[in-house]
Amino acid sequence: MTIINPYLPFLSEITAVIKHTDIEYTFRMTYQGDVKPGQFFEVSLPKFGEAPISVSGIGDDTVDLTIRKVGKVTDEIFENYVGDHLFLRGPYGNGFDIDNYKGREILLVAGGTGLSPVKGIVDYFSQNPADANGFTLLVGFKSPADVLFKDDFTTWQKNLNVIMTVDTADDGYCGKRGMVTEYIPNIPIKNVSDAVGIVVGPPMMMKCTIAELLKAGFREENLWISQERKMCCGIGKCGHCKIDDTYICLDGPVFNYTKGKFLKD
Amino acid sequence: MGYQIDLKKMNAILADLSKTYTIYAPKRFVGDGTFAHIDTIRYGEISDLAEIEFAEKSNYSFKEVLLPISETLFYFTENEMKEADARAKGAIVFLRSCDLHALKRLDTIYLENGAVDSYYKRLRDNTKFILMGCTQSFENCFCVSMGSNQTDDYDAYLKVDGETVLLNSRWEALDDALAGATAKDVVPDFVTENDTVVELPEAVPQALFDAPFWEDYGNRCIACGRCNFVCPTCTCFTMQDLFYTDNGKAGERRRVWASCHVDGYTDMAGGHAFRNDKGQRMRFKVMHKVNDYKRRFGTHMCIGCGRCDDVCPEYISFSNCINKLSALVKEDN
Repeated sequence: MTIINPYLPFLSEITAVIKHTDIEYTFRMTYQGDVKPGQFFEVSLPKFGEAPISVSGIGDDTVDLTIRKVGKVTDEIFENYVGDHLFLRGPYGNGFDIDNYKGREILLVAGGTGLSPVKGIVDYFSQNPADANGFTLLVGFKSPADVLFKDDFTTWQKNLNVIMTVDTADDGYCGKRGMVTEYIPNIPIKNVSDAVGIVVGPPMMMKCTIAELLKAGFREENLWISQERKMCCGIGKCGHCKIDDTYICLDGPVFNYTKGKFLKD
Repeated sequence: MGYQIDLKKMNAILADLSKTYTIYAPKRFVGDGTFAHIDTIRYGEISDLAEIEFAEKSNYSFKEVLLPISETLFYFTENEMKEADARAKGAIVFLRSCDLHALKRLDTIYLENGAVDSYYKRLRDNTKFILMGCTQSFENCFCVSMGSNQTDDYDAYLKVDGETVLLNSRWEALDDALAGATAKDVVPDFVTENDTVVELPEAVPQALFDAPFWEDYGNRCIACGRCNFVCPTCTCFTMQDLFYTDNGKAGERRRVWASCHVDGYTDMAGGHAFRNDKGQRMRFKVMHKVNDYKRRFGTHMCIGCGRCDDVCPEYISFSNCINKLSALVKEDN
C-alpha cells in the first residue's frame, strides 16, 4: 500500500489577482475539491517556505486566498506571482459549518483580514438571504486605505445589514469611525438568546468583541470564533499551534466559544 | 524464545543483519560532551556489541533514528517536486524500556494524530527494536513513577554477560539466525524503584497557569531548548526551505527539530508571538508532558527518563517541578 505523502504540495494556477490595498491581494487559485469557509491551505513558494492562508472565497474550481504581505513567504508571493502559479496543500482545519447558522439571526463581527476566513459565510447569506433570520455584518478596518473586498461590500449591502467602520480617518472621510465594539449595543437583535455571533480578528479585538456580545445577552454556546497560530504542517505533527490538548490545525481553527474560551496559549 | 550464545557468534549474526539493517545504539563519544573532558553518550551506528554503552544512560534518545534532526522531505525545481528517497536499509535500534514507551508517544503523534506521516511511517515500518535492560536506576530517572520501567513490546531483548550474550527474541529473522544457540529462559532486567519519585498532578486547573510558581522558571530558564532536544517524546519541527547557491532555482524543503522553549516557536507573520515569558514556556511544556497529552490520548507524554534534568545548564529539575505542581494542585483543591 502506498502511503500518501501529506507534505507534497500541488501546483495551482493563479487565475486572477484582486488588489485591495498595497499589501493585501486576493489570489484566485485553481482548486478542485471540497472546501469550507474558515479552512486554510498551506501556500508555498519553494525556496522561501510555506504559510497557512485561509480561504476567503469559494468558486467553481477555484479558491480565493487573501494574502497580506507581512512575512518572508508572503513578501515573495507578492514579488513573484506574476502570471504564474503557487504551490498549495490542504485544505486543512474544520472550517465554519454554515448549517449551524441557517434559520438563525446572525451577527458577524470581523476585524481587518479577519474578514477573509468568514467571507464565505457572508457570500452565502448574501446569495441566500432567506436562509438567515436577519444577518448583520459588522467590520472594522484600521483606516479607509485598509478596507478589503470593496466590491463585495457593494453586493453585500443589497441583502444584508452592513456596518463598516474604521479606527481612524482623515477629516474628509464620510464613513463610520470607531471600534466595532462601539456599534454592538445599537444593533437591533430580535431574539438575542437565540442569535448567533461569529467573531474573527486580531486577539485583542476578539476578546473585547466577545465581552461586548456577552454583555448584550448573546449566549456562549451561540458564539463562534476562529483562531490564528503559527503552523508548519497543518496535520497535527509540528506542534506549533497546540494549545493545551487542542491542535488548532486539526480541532480548529473554528471553535464554539464554550470550548474556545478555555484555550490559553 | 530465549537463547544463550557466544559473544563472537552474536557479533557475527549482527554483521550479517547489518547487510539489510543499519544498527543504531548508544555509544560513548570520548571528550565530545558540552564541557571540557566530558564524554557524551548518543546514538550512532555500531557493528560490534562492544561499541554499545550499556552501563550508563544516553544523554540523547533514540528518536533521531526515526525523526532525524534535519530531514529532507523533497527536492524542488521551479515547477516540480521530488520526494526524498527513503533509506536503503532498515534499522535496528537498541534502547531501554523508557525509550520504548517513548516510541509509543511518537507513534501516536506521527501515525494517529491527524494524517499519517509518510516519512515517519516508512522508517518506522522498517525498524526493529532491541531492548537493553536496566540493572540499576540512573541519576534523575523516574520511570517507575511514569510506569515506563517495564515493557513487553520489543522485537528482542539482549544482554551481554562477559563473553556470552543472553537474548529473548520475538523476531523470526533473529530466531532463524539463532537456530544453533542454546535455549535458555531469559528475563529482561527492569528496575522497580528509582531514587527520584514523582507524584503526578490530578487535572491541573487553568487558574494555576498564572501562578507565581512559574516565575521561578522564567528567571532561570535561558531558552536554550536542550530539554526538548534530549527528550524522547518531544516531536515538534519547523519547515525550512533552502536552495543551492550554484543554482538558485533548485533546492529542498526540510523539517528540523523545534523547541517550545526557544524564541520564535510561536511567531506568526507580522510579528505576533505567544508566550514571550520563559516561565510560561516552562508551563506549556510541563502541561503538555503531564496533563494535556493525557487529556487527548489517555497516557502521560513524559516517560521519566530524566534526560531534561541531566542536561539543563540552569539545573532546572522537571521532576521537582511536577512534584511542586502536584502540591499546588492539592492546595488549590
